[in-house]
Amino acid sequence: MTALAGVDYRPRTLVWNLFQNRLDLLTRQGYGEQRFDRLILATGAMDEALPFPGWTLPGVFTLGAAQIAFKAQGVSIGRRVALVGAGPLLPLVAHQYATAGAEVVAVLDTTPFLAKVRQAPGLLTESTTFAKGLWYTARNKLRGLNVHYGVRALSAEGARRVEGLLFRDSAGKEHRLACDAIGASFGLRSETQLPDLAGCSFTFEPVERQWRPQATPEGRSSVPEIYLAGDGAGIGGADMAELQGRRAALAVLEDSGLPVHAAETAHLDRALKRQAGFRRALEAAYPFPAHLLDDVADDEIVCRCEGVTAGALRRAARDKDAPEVNRLKALTRVGMGRCQGRVCGHVAAELLARARGCPIESVGRLRAQPPIKPIPVLGGHA
Amino acid sequence: MTERLTADVAVVGGGTAGCAAAVALRKAGMSVVLLEKGLCGAGASGVNFGGVRQQGRHMAELPLARRSRAIWQNLSAFLGEDVEFEPTGHMKLARSESDMAELERYARYAAEHGLKLELLGANAVRTELPWMGPKVVGASLCAEDGAANPRVVAPAFARLARRLGADIREKEEVLEAARAGDAFEIRTATLLVTSTFLINTAGIAAGKVAGWFGEEAPVGPVIPNMIVTEPLPMFVTRALGVCGGDIYVRQVARGNVIMGGGCGWGDADLTYSRPITEQSLTGMAKTLDLVPALKGAQVIRTWTGIDGQMPDRIPVIGFSATTPNLVHAFGFSGHGFQLGPVIGEILAELVTQGRSTSPLAPFAVDRFPPGTAPLPLAGVEH
Repeated sequence: MTALAGVDYRPRTLVWNLFQNRLDLLTRQGYGEQRFDRLILATGAMDEALPFPGWTLPGVFTLGAAQIAFKAQGVSIGRRVALVGAGPLLPLVAHQYATAGAEVVAVLDTTPFLAKVRQAPGLLTESTTFAKGLWYTARNKLRGLNVHYGVRALSAEGARRVEGLLFRDSAGKEHRLACDAIGASFGLRSETQLPDLAGCSFTFEPVERQWRPQATPEGRSSVPEIYLAGDGAGIGGADMAELQGRRAALAVLEDSGLPVHAAETAHLDRALKRQAGFRRALEAAYPFPAHLLDDVADDEIVCRCEGVTAGALRRAARDKDAPEVNRLKALTRVGMGRCQGRVCGHVAAELLARARGCPIESVGRLRAQPPIKPIPVLGGHA
Repeated sequence: MTERLTADVAVVGGGTAGCAAAVALRKAGMSVVLLEKGLCGAGASGVNFGGVRQQGRHMAELPLARRSRAIWQNLSAFLGEDVEFEPTGHMKLARSESDMAELERYARYAAEHGLKLELLGANAVRTELPWMGPKVVGASLCAEDGAANPRVVAPAFARLARRLGADIREKEEVLEAARAGDAFEIRTATLLVTSTFLINTAGIAAGKVAGWFGEEAPVGPVIPNMIVTEPLPMFVTRALGVCGGDIYVRQVARGNVIMGGGCGWGDADLTYSRPITEQSLTGMAKTLDLVPALKGAQVIRTWTGIDGQMPDRIPVIGFSATTPNLVHAFGFSGHGFQLGPVIGEILAELVTQGRSTSPLAPFAVDRFPPGTAPLPLAGVEH
């Protein structure tokens, strides 16, 4: 990456905590800090991983990991690959794998095809790479592949690693495929730990069933010095993220009393408004597949770090009177491991809400606690 | 609309002490309403280190700690759920000859209270714990001390109290309480409770409650800063503290190593706390002096909580000096977890018999000269 004049670019730097105008850093040189007057958080998103039978078997990857293996290292996650789930990454990864010559044995979408057709006009409002890629790969480029929409009852099987995949198609017919790797994700989740630690207000997004930090179209959060841009504030893809980043930077300049070009601001605001329609269509085309969580069996592991099963969560919800998800964590250890609930926290919330028969938003969200990613015990600070 | 409740005893604060009091009072046939501003056990009772420790306590606390230890022995059976009590033994480490002399002196006093401590030289410590860092010159071992899971104890007492018929109201912050004739009237946003007795187990807010009755109680905040690693193979087989008390370490059955030390940050209202990075990094470095093998272990979470601390670092337990039938138990100064179960019994004795079988004179609320200031913000010792 070319360094921009005047920009202190620091790759390989983990921001593991945020408190009172200060970032705590971890680099190869050890711990450090960075003070700020204003901060743009562009924390991105991660794969939505949902539990299904066999999801913890070696050979099951997220779609994001499958894409990274392919793009960064030029390797496939297996010789015979099944790609399953929901969300914009599914057709994209399928297209990338198939084009590169990997053997994709099936592309199984848990959302109905109709949901995408309905949103096609919205998805086509933006003639961006992302939108086109999404729609055309879904519609055309996947022809020739074994594609199913509206699948249910996914199950990976294998003794020590993935050997096959079972599913039921939209007509209710059972299928069994031989494969040695599965890429599975069910959408994207905003990474919101840093906005949470910054004290930003959150709202619940009912279609994606995610808690997100509140942000104005210009990227202003509820905390005056904190700005938000990109997928961390709502899934919109790369093109939208770029616009949001530019707009948030202008908001920083505006709020600092520095001059900005009115024409540039107006141009970005118009572009962002157009993109907003696309984003709504994207959300509607790839709704969170909440119905899959009705299928999770009691013996299924929900929290991989701590080995907490769906049954343990349901029992605690029922017998131990946990009204919200942080109490469920305290009682069961769900979300207390390495990932700190980034993977499983919302699944626990979904199961808790179902067990109590109450709306998902009423059980809340796991509070972020530093460090947001693991950090090593080091000496030299005494 | 205000709901009216009447009970023999109203309890303000659903930590372990308040919930255990509700259990003991129900067993004595008294009707109980307990008011908790958040969830029972979500405050200092639920986020502490989890030490079930007698060794190192103030002599005045030892009779209570001895009595509480007997309750801990069968607490899981008593509560009907596992509180993960493990008598791992607690080793208090000496890092100098004067530390060792202090441990020897303490062991003699403790013996008078029936607490048997075993003094270990440097070789004996390393025979048992060969990984021990070089600064340690000896230790005092209390074999019957240990630890439990603080997240589950107070909620388990609350559930038992409910099963026994106590009216436990969570998310009910007490806004005011006053004498009304021979009774108390306690108000929350939705409740008006009338009671004959009032128990003040409100933790950091207990000074405010006492103040409503003209009682001066110099309660200051204590905010321990704590750290936990990912699960590691079991090797820290004893709970560890040090003379000077600036660091404490234990490993839970799951394998996570918990380190405490230093002092976190609290907001002006003392309702919200955060770990402080320097304290966490210093805590890590100090722990490495004792347990060098932890170098490079991954820390997955840091946390804090807010307890009340008295100027002499021992609690207030007993009747009000200003108001009949008002009973206090607060200011446990960061080491109340072990005492919690017996405090419930003592409070019930005070209410039903007007006195306790345990010696409470050192804990009188009026022991501080008028105008005594609370201690400045601090961490805790173990």
